[in-house]
Amino acid sequence: MPTPLAIAALLVVSLAVYALGRRRVGRLSEGQSLHSLPGYYGLWIALWTGAPAALVLLLLMAGGPRLESALLTANPPAVVAAMPSETAQAFWSDAKALADGQSTTRIAWSPDERKVLKEKAAEAAALESRIQLGGQAAALVLVLAGFLLAWPRLAPQLRARNRVEGWIGVLLALCSAAAVLTTIGIIASLLYESLRFFHSVPPLDFLFGLDWQPQIAMREDQVAAKGAFGAVPLFVGTFLVMIIAMCVAAPVGLFCAIYLSEYAGPRTRSVIKPMLEILAGVPTVVYGFFAALTVGPALRGFFNYIGSWLVQGPFDPLGQYLMAVQNEMALTAGVVMGIMLIPYISSLSDDIINAVPQSLRDGSYAMGATRSETVKRVILPAALPGVMGAMLLAVSRAIGETMIVTMASGAQARITANPLDSVSTVTFQMVQLLTGDQEFDSPKTLAAFGLGLTLFLVTLTLNVIALQVVQRYRQAYD
Amino acid sequence: MVMSDPSSEAPLSGPHSMPHDTQVRATPVAAGASSQPDIKIHCAGVDAFYGEKQALFDISLDIPDRAVMAFIGPSGCGKSTFLRCINRMNDTIPGARVTGRIEIDGQDVNGKDVDPVVLRSRVGMVFQKPNPFPKSIFENVAYGPRIHGLATSKSELADMVEVALKRAGLWDEVADRLQQPGNGLSGGQQQRLVIARAIAVQPRVILMDEPCSALDPIATARIEELIDDLRRQYCIVIVTHSMAQAARVSQRTAFFHLGRLVEHGMTEEIFTNPREPRTQDYITGRYG
Ligand SMILES: Nc1ncnc2c1ncn2[C@@H]1O[C@H](COP(=O)(O)OP(=O)(O)OP(=O)(O)O)[C@@H](O)[C@H]1O
Ligand SMILES: [Mg+2]
Repeated sequence: MPTPLAIAALLVVSLAVYALGRRRVGRLSEGQSLHSLPGYYGLWIALWTGAPAALVLLLLMAGGPRLESALLTANPPAVVAAMPSETAQAFWSDAKALADGQSTTRIAWSPDERKVLKEKAAEAAALESRIQLGGQAAALVLVLAGFLLAWPRLAPQLRARNRVEGWIGVLLALCSAAAVLTTIGIIASLLYESLRFFHSVPPLDFLFGLDWQPQIAMREDQVAAKGAFGAVPLFVGTFLVMIIAMCVAAPVGLFCAIYLSEYAGPRTRSVIKPMLEILAGVPTVVYGFFAALTVGPALRGFFNYIGSWLVQGPFDPLGQYLMAVQNEMALTAGVVMGIMLIPYISSLSDDIINAVPQSLRDGSYAMGATRSETVKRVILPAALPGVMGAMLLAVSRAIGETMIVTMASGAQARITANPLDSVSTVTFQMVQLLTGDQEFDSPKTLAAFGLGLTLFLVTLTLNVIALQVVQRYRQAYD
Repeated sequence: MVMSDPSSEAPLSGPHSMPHDTQVRATPVAAGASSQPDIKIHCAGVDAFYGEKQALFDISLDIPDRAVMAFIGPSGCGKSTFLRCINRMNDTIPGARVTGRIEIDGQDVNGKDVDPVVLRSRVGMVFQKPNPFPKSIFENVAYGPRIHGLATSKSELADMVEVALKRAGLWDEVADRLQQPGNGLSGGQQQRLVIARAIAVQPRVILMDEPCSALDPIATARIEELIDDLRRQYCIVIVTHSMAQAARVSQRTAFFHLGRLVEHGMTEEIFTNPREPRTQDYITGRYG
């Protein structure tokens, strides 16, 4: 029986056990009072019956295929062992495809190989059904054991309500453990792949190299060509775009929040707040579109126009330069990213400013302060830690933002502080490296993991710093 | 803020003109003086509304200078609302509206030429919960002088802060830690800090809305001492739910009920021989 079907069956069984337990305790309680509502007894026994088995089935679903391929490839036959690793991989995937009745064979295997392939396919099918059977049998045993162990204990005095509470605690803990484990898994895979990358490119060359040209490394003989994977230009590009974005978003977002929470009346607020929320919900690809088709050309037009004025004057070189400005530049991406971050910053800051106790405002107004004095001298200082946190979160987002820079910042990886240059960011390069047909172990692809790890570390550091800042202010002003 | 015209004759609309005139007026008046005192605040026919709901009905009351007046009455009867009318704090509440006449030193606080910001610098307010700003002790007290530009130099500002803290009876406890956050003080100290903040701008009137309700008996006693002290220089209005406190600190008492002023007069008289049965019932704890 396929595992999803087994899970469905388990659900049905659990429901039946729930009804059964409920009825039984109802019958047992004749004359006595129950400790809990009957539903709790049903739930308790249903949990004992269903939950452990469900866990096993879920594990089976997640780990089964992996176990299967591990077992299958554990002792490769001589033909396969002689193959180069990529061909061997293709061989195994073909074997599995054959076993599943899918035909994905693109490679023309020799008759010898074909014979082994058939054998292995049969073996794979057998393994799969054996693993499935084993798992489901284990689940069945658990169902029976759980039910049989719990059934005799079903009695009116049983504290079913408290027991169910314990079960719920366990289930919730499992869910949060899943989240934590996923995070750890992501970090582990990042680390693992990055290590492979740093095997072929020294970390120092990567972190401090000034030249980013991953395409050179595509040719076999130049795999570790020195300097080709220097990430500094990407960091510089990311940083430049982020700074521009924050220059736009930080003041506008903050002032917007101040206006909304301190100046606007309830009516204005009820109009502007939803509009900002809509803005926050616009997919970034739309912003990218907006950057590439509207803001970019507008900015270029503006600079070209200024350039045309300056040309042939005393500032001729500057004029020439401005005339040559293109649509795609750091400024375009930065400005649009800033616009994207405005609602983010303003809604976070608005919440934070609203959390400043009304008593502080009253105190300030009662001292004869005006609104802006109150904002500047009381509310902002009180809200500062939170606002700093909001800003750093926005910085994290700016650094991780991909779509806008892909569409609007150009692609040239270079070290520049000039907002009119086209730049390339870490995220954009990761997209470049991982899209299209790729082999997953060339340094070029692995470089994406190196970049990802660096990005992750930077974001982590930012968050740690944010927490520190917040903490220090807490201590000072709590 | 406008910073000129020291000879202004319109004290509530113009800028400050009196950092020192309180000292001049500070001739002590015997406690509970039964002679007719100067009237500081004169109210006539005050109505207050929150949106459609009327919270105060036709309040007419004279509040004497250099004395403490207590507002008592059951919860929700409009004491705080009336207090906020005096320094126009109701302006900051959306939908709140006040009609009628309230004069401080003969000048209508709701007049067109009155700037509420200046008015509030003349009428200090202390709230139920101590609300020091998230700043140092020094900066808390310096807040008013700073925003109103009362000090011309750093040392003058420091002097003002010191005087205010001394007058609020807090100086000895905080002299060596002026730069530490105001929130680090105890509740009672915070409340005295807030009082120091209010008197640092030399107000004429101090309004206190249940200033001791968040404090323990010892801190309360200190605040009451302080109020008794300040009475010699200021006109003080205090809202309290404690009959004993009203009897201890005030010379005059006004009893509010359901948005109306039921009775007011000398504290002794209200407590020993009220004219109205409702007052009698409230004071003796039969409702409220
Ligand atoms: N901001 C407001 N918006 C609407 N109604 C209000 C507001 N503040 C007070 N009220 C109403 O006005 C009336 C008087 O309230 P007020 O706060 O003046 O009472 P109080 O005498 O100070 O009560 P307490 O002793 O509980 O502080 C109450 O009915 C209250 O519900
Ligand atoms: Mg009140």
